[in-house]
Amino acid sequence: MCKRPLTWMMAAVAAVAAGGVSLVRAQAPATQPAAPTSAPVVAPARDATLLNVSYDPTRELYAEVNAAFARFCQETTGATVRVKQSHGGSGKQARAVIDGLEADVVTLALAFDVDAIAEKSGLIAKDWQQRLPHNSTPYTSTIVFLVRKGNPKGVKDWDDLVRPGVTVITPNPKTSGGARWNYLAAWGSARHKYGSDAAAREFVTKLYRNVPVLDSGARGSTTTFVQRGLGDVLLAWENEALLAQAQLGPDKVELVSPSESILAEPPVAVVDKVVDRRGTRTAAEAYLRFLYEPAGQEIAAKHYYRPRLPEVAAKYADRFKPLKLFTVDAEFGGWAKAHAEHFADGATFDQIYEPGR
Amino acid sequence: MTTAPLTAAARPSRATAEPWPVRVLLLGVAGVFLGLFLVLPLVAVFAQALENGLAAYGAALVDPDARGAIGLTMLTAAIVLPLNVVFGVAAAWAIAKFEFRGKSLLLTLIDLPFAVSPVISGLIYVLLFGAQGWLGPWLAAHGIKVIFAVPGIVLATLFVTCPLVARELIPLMQSQGTEEEEAALVLGARGGQVFWRVTLPNIKWGLLYGAILCNARAMGEFGAVSVVSGHIRGLTNTLTLHVEILYNEYNFAGAFAVASLLTLLALVTLGAKQLVEWRTRRGGRAERAAEAAPAGGIP
Repeated sequence: MCKRPLTWMMAAVAAVAAGGVSLVRAQAPATQPAAPTSAPVVAPARDATLLNVSYDPTRELYAEVNAAFARFCQETTGATVRVKQSHGGSGKQARAVIDGLEADVVTLALAFDVDAIAEKSGLIAKDWQQRLPHNSTPYTSTIVFLVRKGNPKGVKDWDDLVRPGVTVITPNPKTSGGARWNYLAAWGSARHKYGSDAAAREFVTKLYRNVPVLDSGARGSTTTFVQRGLGDVLLAWENEALLAQAQLGPDKVELVSPSESILAEPPVAVVDKVVDRRGTRTAAEAYLRFLYEPAGQEIAAKHYYRPRLPEVAAKYADRFKPLKLFTVDAEFGGWAKAHAEHFADGATFDQIYEPGR
Repeated sequence: MTTAPLTAAARPSRATAEPWPVRVLLLGVAGVFLGLFLVLPLVAVFAQALENGLAAYGAALVDPDARGAIGLTMLTAAIVLPLNVVFGVAAAWAIAKFEFRGKSLLLTLIDLPFAVSPVISGLIYVLLFGAQGWLGPWLAAHGIKVIFAVPGIVLATLFVTCPLVARELIPLMQSQGTEEEEAALVLGARGGQVFWRVTLPNIKWGLLYGAILCNARAMGEFGAVSVVSGHIRGLTNTLTLHVEILYNEYNFAGAFAVASLLTLLALVTLGAKQLVEWRTRRGGRAERAAEAAPAGGIP
C-alpha cells in the first residue's frame, strides 16, 4: 500500500514489458501469441480480489493458474491479486451467478451457460464471445472413453457403447456441461456413420439404456466410475480422463480415443456488471488474457487441456492424440439450437431417456 | 426418596432372571448391530483419515481453506445456537403453559422445517434474497449480500435447526404441567421470577439436550447450506462442503481428515452431555437429600 508511486511506475514499465517476455518462464520462445486479437497482457496496477466461478473439472487447473497470475502481477506491477475459486456443475454455477453469486469472471463448460447469464440477468454483454480470441475459449478438450485396466469389454469406438452388457457412466445433460458434450459427441459421430438424425437418435437411445446412473456433474461421474467401481466405460472430458489416469495410475484405468469426437470449447468471460461495480475490470481482463499467454497455455496443457498456442501444443503433442473433431456450430448449428432440440424440457433427451431401464 | 435406589436395584435382578441363552442372544444382537452400523464406520473414518500418516492429517486441517471452513462452521453455530435457545424456550413456554387461539397452528409452523427437505429450505432463501428474487434488487441496491455469503448460510442453518430446541422442550413442559408455576404465582412471584426460579430449573436438562442436538445439526448441515453457499473456497465453504470438495478432488485422506474433525466434534458433544448429566444426577440427589432433612423439621 505504501509503495503506491513505485507501483505506478512499475505499471508503466510493465505495460511495455509484460507481453509474454516477462512471463516466459515456460520454455516457449518469446514469439507473439498467434491469437488474432491478442494484445500483451497488462497486469493490474492496483490490488484486487477476483472470484472465478468455474465448472467441475477445472479445480486443479485454476488453482495453478491463480498462483501463476498472482506471481505475474506481483513481479510486473507489484499488485497483490488474489483469485478465489468456486466449482460445480456448469449449469448450476451459471444459475448461481444469475441468482447473485458475485463472479468477476466465469469459466464454464459451454457457451450456452454463459449465454444464459447474458440473457437472464444481463450481467454479461451479449457479444461476450467475440471479445477474446478463439470464441473466448483459451483451451479446448474433447470427449474420450475411460475403461478399466486391460479394457476387459474390448471397447474401441462409439459402436461398442451400445452393445448389450456394456454399462456406460455419464452425468446428467440437464445439469452437467460435460454430459452435454458427451451426448452431442455420441450423436454427431453416429450421424456421420449412419447418415441420418433418425439413426443417430436410435443410437443415442440405445446408449442411454446402458447408463445405470446419471450424476449431476462430471466429477461426480468420475468418482462413481473410479471409486464406486460402477460401469465399464466412463464418457469423460479428455482432461478429466487424463487426470484420473494420472491420479490413480495406469494400472487401474485406460484411456480409449474414439475414431471421431467433438471439439469441446469451454469459454471464459468477464462479468461486466460485477467488475464495473467492484472496480475490478482491469484485473479480470488481465486474468482472462493471461490464459492465452504462453505461461497460461503451458499450465492448461499441463492440466490436460488442449492449448491453443501452436508452440505449446507442439510441446505437449504426445499427450493429445490427434482426433477427427467436429464442432457444435458446424454440426448442430450452435448451442442455442442444440439446446432447444436436445436438452430443453420435453426435447429429445427427455423423450429418449427412461430412468431405471 | 428411599424408593428410588430400591427399584433401581430390583430391576436388574428381574432382568437377570431371564435364562442365560436369551440374555446372550439379545446382547449379541445389540452388540453386532452397534458394531456394524456405528463403531465400524467411525473406525473407518479415522483409519482413512490417517491413511497417509499424521503429517498429512495435520496438513489437511491447517490448510487455509480448511481453516476457513472450520471458522465458518464455528461462527454459524455460535450465532444459530443462542438464537435457537431463546426461540425454543419462548415457543415452548407459550405453547406448554398458556392457552390461546392458533396454538396448534403455531405447533405446525414450528414443525415446518422438519417437514421440508433441506434443499428446499435453501432454495426458499435463494428465491427470496437471490438477485432475481423478491428482495434481491433492493438488497443489491443497498449493497447487502445475503445469498452466497455468510448471512445466507446462517439463515439457512437457522431455518433447518429452529424446531430442535422447541420440540425437545414442549413435551417436557407439557408433562410438567403448570402447577408449580401457579403455586409460585399464588405465593406472590412475578412472571419473570416464575420463569427464572421455577420453569427454567425444571427444564434445564431438556434445554441442554436440545441445544446439543441443535449444535450438532448446525455443524453438520449440508443440503440447505450447499444451495446458498456459492462454494467460494475459504469464504463460504462450511466443514461439510469442504469434505465434499476434498473428496471430489481425489484427496480422500484429506476429506476423511476433515470428516474425522466433524466426527470428533460429535463425540465430544455427546461425551460432554453424558458427563454433565451424570454430574447433576449425583449433585441433584445430594441436594435433594440435604433439602429433605430440614424440610421435615420446619413444620
